[in-house]
Amino acid sequence: MSEIVVRALSGWGRTASSSARVLVQPTLESIQQAVRDPGSRGVIARGLGRSYGDPAQNAGGLVIDMTGYNRIHCLDADSGLAVVDAGVSLDALMRAALPFGLWVPVLPGTRQVTVGGAIAADIHGKNHHSAGSFGNHVRSLDLVTADGSVATLTPDDELFWATVGGMGLTGIIVRATIALTHVESAYFVVDTDRTANLDELMALLTDGSDDRYDYSAAWFDAISTGAKLGRAVLTRGSIAQRDELPPKLRRAPLAFDAPQLLTAPNAFPNGLANRAIFGALTQAWYRKAPKRRRGEVQNLTTFYHPLDMIGEWNRAYGSRGFLQYQFVVPLSAQDSFRGIVEQVARSGHVSFLNVLKRFGEASQAPLSFPQPGWTITVDFPIRQGLAEFCDRLDEQVLDAGGRLYLAKESRTSAATLHRMYPRIDEWRKVRAAADPDGIFASDLSRRLEL
Amino acid sequence: MIDAVGNPQSLLLLGGTSEIALATAERYATRRPLRVILAARPSPRLDAAAQPLDRAGATVTTLPFDAADTASHAATIEKAFADGDIDLTLVAFGLLGDQEKAWTDHATAVELAQVNYVGAVSVGVLLAEALQRQGHGTLVALSSAAAERPRRSNFAYGASKAGLDAFYTGLTEALRPAGIKVSVIRPGFVHTKMTAGMKAAPLSVTPEQVAEVIVDAVANGREQAWAPAPMRHVMSVLRHVPRPIFRRLPI
Repeated sequence: MSEIVVRALSGWGRTASSSARVLVQPTLESIQQAVRDPGSRGVIARGLGRSYGDPAQNAGGLVIDMTGYNRIHCLDADSGLAVVDAGVSLDALMRAALPFGLWVPVLPGTRQVTVGGAIAADIHGKNHHSAGSFGNHVRSLDLVTADGSVATLTPDDELFWATVGGMGLTGIIVRATIALTHVESAYFVVDTDRTANLDELMALLTDGSDDRYDYSAAWFDAISTGAKLGRAVLTRGSIAQRDELPPKLRRAPLAFDAPQLLTAPNAFPNGLANRAIFGALTQAWYRKAPKRRRGEVQNLTTFYHPLDMIGEWNRAYGSRGFLQYQFVVPLSAQDSFRGIVEQVARSGHVSFLNVLKRFGEASQAPLSFPQPGWTITVDFPIRQGLAEFCDRLDEQVLDAGGRLYLAKESRTSAATLHRMYPRIDEWRKVRAAADPDGIFASDLSRRLEL
Repeated sequence: MIDAVGNPQSLLLLGGTSEIALATAERYATRRPLRVILAARPSPRLDAAAQPLDRAGATVTTLPFDAADTASHAATIEKAFADGDIDLTLVAFGLLGDQEKAWTDHATAVELAQVNYVGAVSVGVLLAEALQRQGHGTLVALSSAAAERPRRSNFAYGASKAGLDAFYTGLTEALRPAGIKVSVIRPGFVHTKMTAGMKAAPLSVTPEQVAEVIVDAVANGREQAWAPAPMRHVMSVLRHVPRPIFRRLPI
């Protein structure tokens, strides 16, 4: 049964919490009712809360918890089309689809996100250079619009592309049809290259070899400077065909087992993310990787989602929380990019879970984040000086023609963000037409004046 | 909205001519576009207080506010929130005055308690309600090291701040489930117009230094902070010094 409870909500970074009335276990009728009568502070949908900042909270207003709205309506093994409610997690969708030889076409760094959230943030994965972002695989979506009616949108509609990457501000996504990919196994054939520094890594990513792999991303050292600056472990692979598997795995090529070894307790002190601990972890992580390995068969957890083995890992950053800084700059901005990586390494703000990737073509959605270029993701625990440091990084990202990712964003200024997304006015026009009274609102929309 | 690293977009200073509050506002104004409401009794000093913030690029408005007149507080707080959310509120008004008069002269003693304690409780209740309605926000209350253990030389002031301190410390817990953060700041001796001409105590600080402590407390969600930080340890020792010794200490 739908009911409304008052809850303090925050994002995955556990910063800037706010409280709202939360509609839980919603039905289509209760969602429509909520949108028709949202109260003075508006309404926003929330999925599994994996955005780092504040897009899925609405202080003093209404939040619709979509995780209870999670039916998989149809999986067509021939066409590969899946019709699902927006609250279905990519984990659930993947588990349901795999037995039919179907694969979720875009997976982010965790499977614990909802389909609605994946569309609203237009998420990307390690295969962005070969498959684009999530919105590229959505064939249609049902949106509860500001008047409470349900609009079925397709890629021919402007509102469809304003909703893709629109951070939930065009309406409540309730259902979507996703084109899944046909696969023969749930395993990857992986090549690993350990590079001595950032230049070596960037050379590998631009020599054309990336095109041989569907999936490609690097972990890099964000602490060492000098000759070791940006040394990395690049893992690239494609989904294995059945005959590429060893005989043991060939018997059940689509079997998928995602172990969760432990859940982190909510008792970590602040300050564990320091130079000594993260420096040692970084050294160990780099050293344990093979210098060069070809054709290794790995499962999804090893290749793609090692963090999913630990539940609630964000607690390790302590009560002050952390932020994730992810930006992309154009491929041509190689020098600025290298400069930013160097500043991160020299900043004294330490990060261990670092990802570097070369993005492929951009989506047509005005607020979609990926564009052809270099992206890195670093996690910083909240501490003194971080605010000013990130402001300085913003300026350089902006100067290089780059942008920040709204699903990670938790601290930039409205003016900076607007300059990073030159098509924002185009998006605003579509949104204003769809929601003239601005009833879809979030802490993010208030903070960044979207 | 306040962001992940503690930058607010709007500020309400109750005690809009407080040097500590203004120094805090200036710090924020240099970082992000800022809307500031200075609430205080109308005076040329209040108008002058707006100028440095204007120059720093903030949008400043003033609001008539009399801390002693608790009957007017509800309307004042309502007006403060009328133009939009308030991300951060500083409860920064207070009287010090002649501390001998403050326990020997009835009217002076009552006024001090009325402003420093009753006034703080009055706005605290109203702010708690307004912040719960908007679903977010941070409250900073300026207490004092004197709240920890009042001395012979300043016990009337210390008593009023001890009351404020206890109330806002309790508010920290009461508002926690609603996601509202409260920070109680305990400065030692601060060089301001309020203390001009007084002999500075050890570990004295400037308003700018207290502002730095406030910005840090907000960014890191500290529920209690001392200015300067070592004052905490000094006071925790002093708190346990036996009275016969305490009264002889040259502080």
